[in-house]
Amino acid sequence: MKIKTKAKRSSRIPTASIADIVFLLLIFFMSVTVFKEYQGLRVELPLAKATKKIERKRMITHIWINAQGEINVDDVMVTLENISTVMCQKISENPATIVSLRADSRVKYAIVAQVIEELKQSNALRVNFATLTEGGETG
Amino acid sequence: MALRIHKKKILSRESEIPTASLADIVFLLLIFFLVTTSMNPDKGLGLTLPPPGEETKRHKEDILPIFINSAGEMLIREDIVSLNEIKEIVKGNFRKNPKLVISLIIDVNAEYRYMVDVLDEIKLAFDDLKKENPDFKESISLATPAF
Repeated sequence: MKIKTKAKRSSRIPTASIADIVFLLLIFFMSVTVFKEYQGLRVELPLAKATKKIERKRMITHIWINAQGEINVDDVMVTLENISTVMCQKISENPATIVSLRADSRVKYAIVAQVIEELKQSNALRVNFATLTEGGETG
Repeated sequence: MALRIHKKKILSRESEIPTASLADIVFLLLIFFLVTTSMNPDKGLGLTLPPPGEETKRHKEDILPIFINSAGEMLIREDIVSLNEIKEIVKGNFRKNPKLVISLIIDVNAEYRYMVDVLDEIKLAFDDLKKENPDFKESISLATPAF
């Protein structure tokens, strides 16, 4: 008799809650995901020690400036004179837009200064100079 | 008798939705979001530009000019400084005069990275000053070069 009762003991792992756990993970990743929207230009960002994250990633406009001085606003190639037109439109859509300026470390400051001046004219006043954290990180 | 048996059969008919594959479906979704999540968020040095046309006059003592020439050499007021000295100089000057405004004057032919290097040092100094005094207000002005 004793042997029989032992044999009856089931040894199953309850799997009913797996779906719930995975759902929680799924919801976490869904809320965290921001799809990579833009291709941009090839730039070598400068390094900085004081690099900080931008908190609100959903209102960022990216401006790329590559080493040749070509300018790209959210995957549209623009000339210097057109920046303010493009930016004015973006600012009117969302006044709290943050501009992430992804300029190549070797580009001449003159171009950056002109872009900043255009941003000022179009009221895009929150600028973030994109940098990499000093110490091996690549991006 | 026959009727009773028939009734019992209907009652015992199970009507469950199979949930065994639910976990698999959710796992697939999870893997999709795991793959598409970009883990390198936008990072950089933040700066708020002044509104266009705004010009405020300040006393000469309230301005700390930092010059960068095309070779990346730096000058604070009248002294040539190296990059790692900037942080302490900025901190010292702000402790003496909290109303100070840094004016970054950069040669148009200088490379962008020189400007970022200096801005980085200034930001580090500001971080330290903020730890000492939570009310500390950053003030950097980028001089507009004449084109």
